[in-house]
Amino acid sequence: MSRQSFSGWALIKRGLSGHRSWEPQWRKAAPKPSYDAIIVGGGGHGLGAAYYLAKEHGMTNIAVLEKGWIGGGNTGRNTTIIRSNYLFNESAALYDHAVKMWGSLSQVLNYNVMYSPRGVMMLAHTVHDIQVFKRHVHANRCNGVDNEWLEPAEAKEFCPPLNIEDNIRYPVLGAALQRRGGTARHDAVAWGYARAADALGVDIIENCEVTGIRKDPVGGGVTAVETTRGTIRAPKVGVSAAGSTSVVLSLAGVRLPLESYPLQALVSEPIKPIFPCVVMSNTIHAYISQSDKGELVIGAGTDAYTSYTQRGALHVNTHTLDAICELFPQFRRLRMLRNWGGVVDVTPDRSPIIGKTPVPGLYVNCGWGTGGFKATPGSAHVFAWTIARDEPHPINAPFTLARFRDGYLIDEAAAAAVAH
Amino acid sequence: MLLIHCPFCGERPELEFAYGGQAHIARPARPQDLDDQAWTDFLYMRDNTKGVHAERWRHSHGCGRFFNALRDTTTDHFLVTYKTGEPRPNLAKIGGRTP
Repeated sequence: MSRQSFSGWALIKRGLSGHRSWEPQWRKAAPKPSYDAIIVGGGGHGLGAAYYLAKEHGMTNIAVLEKGWIGGGNTGRNTTIIRSNYLFNESAALYDHAVKMWGSLSQVLNYNVMYSPRGVMMLAHTVHDIQVFKRHVHANRCNGVDNEWLEPAEAKEFCPPLNIEDNIRYPVLGAALQRRGGTARHDAVAWGYARAADALGVDIIENCEVTGIRKDPVGGGVTAVETTRGTIRAPKVGVSAAGSTSVVLSLAGVRLPLESYPLQALVSEPIKPIFPCVVMSNTIHAYISQSDKGELVIGAGTDAYTSYTQRGALHVNTHTLDAICELFPQFRRLRMLRNWGGVVDVTPDRSPIIGKTPVPGLYVNCGWGTGGFKATPGSAHVFAWTIARDEPHPINAPFTLARFRDGYLIDEAAAAAVAH
Repeated sequence: MLLIHCPFCGERPELEFAYGGQAHIARPARPQDLDDQAWTDFLYMRDNTKGVHAERWRHSHGCGRFFNALRDTTTDHFLVTYKTGEPRPNLAKIGGRTP
């Protein structure tokens, strides 16, 4: 199908007719009886996987099934932070694969995802933080990932609103800065991938919940999925369902090392541009950046207990706001406009699982926990490769389900002492 | 914030408690007999139930004792709490209400 191209010229031309001539950016597809492959989950990771399957592997007879509306889950609920300064070689390769793709994603998709490499600064408040962050800086340098150590005065120079006085409960003792890190417009990532995949013939089917997975009685491989919109046959099914992954895979009798927790975020009323970068503080738990609309985007923590409620307790947010108000006292009088929660699937080693399952033809991309948005293009790219070739891309080869049995954990949680 | 019924202290705010994950996962009686997959299941695999979930809690800023709870993970409603070592209550019998 033909696709309207976005450009400055197109904007002027459509503007002359009052912008009333834009067409919908993807079709409202109805499910066909069968496909060559099905992706379950219409977030950034799933839509991206469909796009790369069509674009790079020639699989255009495929569908994305989404229980709700596309980008309505964690893709539309995160704090849009992008970085790749992870400790271990495997993680650095995976996340930096994504950061490299972010740089050209708007051009590739012909859709402005508003990737803004404005720098991500992670604050150190304790001696342990300093040691860990410096270790990260050196490990990242060995892996070709930019990350640098800043003294408090340098941190304040990079982010002028930052309070580096020593009279607060957890003074800033330094910071690690990844200049290539930044933010992107989360909704645009889902919409851009959906539009580009649709243009290649991918059916994007919303309001279609998977209620069963059929397996071949002899070979045990996947043959079809049952959905709220009928049974759809496919020899390959890739599940990219974030917090609901355990539920979907239990339909095929597969257990996973996942627990789903609510993770919250909130935004302030919009204010004039004041905040030039992203600041993260894992020790006192605050994540903050400013959107192009002017809202301060603030990330809080997960609740203590597993839940599928897509909300969370208020005390989790107030805990984060306490930290924000110490680091940025000028924000104390700001009002918060909205808060919301998403359900994140957390693995024991805080690293994702991207690969095959014990069921032939069934693939899974899950366990991104609290930090999956940053990886969207890279994750989708290697997941598509895995589905198309029935073997992992070298980058996601270490991120198997079998690593929990074989003892090859990629333990970013303990070693990194960071939230994601 | 949730109110949680500690079987020893009664109803207390969530902040006094620590979550302990899925309940009724007993350490294998003869660990030396387990193969790698059985160890994996014991250590890492979890039901991650969407619905009524049996889970451990500890009243860490109260009596300090562990207990178990049935909670609906789609609403966060606590259906019943019970002492460690007791079997998982039959919801049909107790009518799904916090005692």
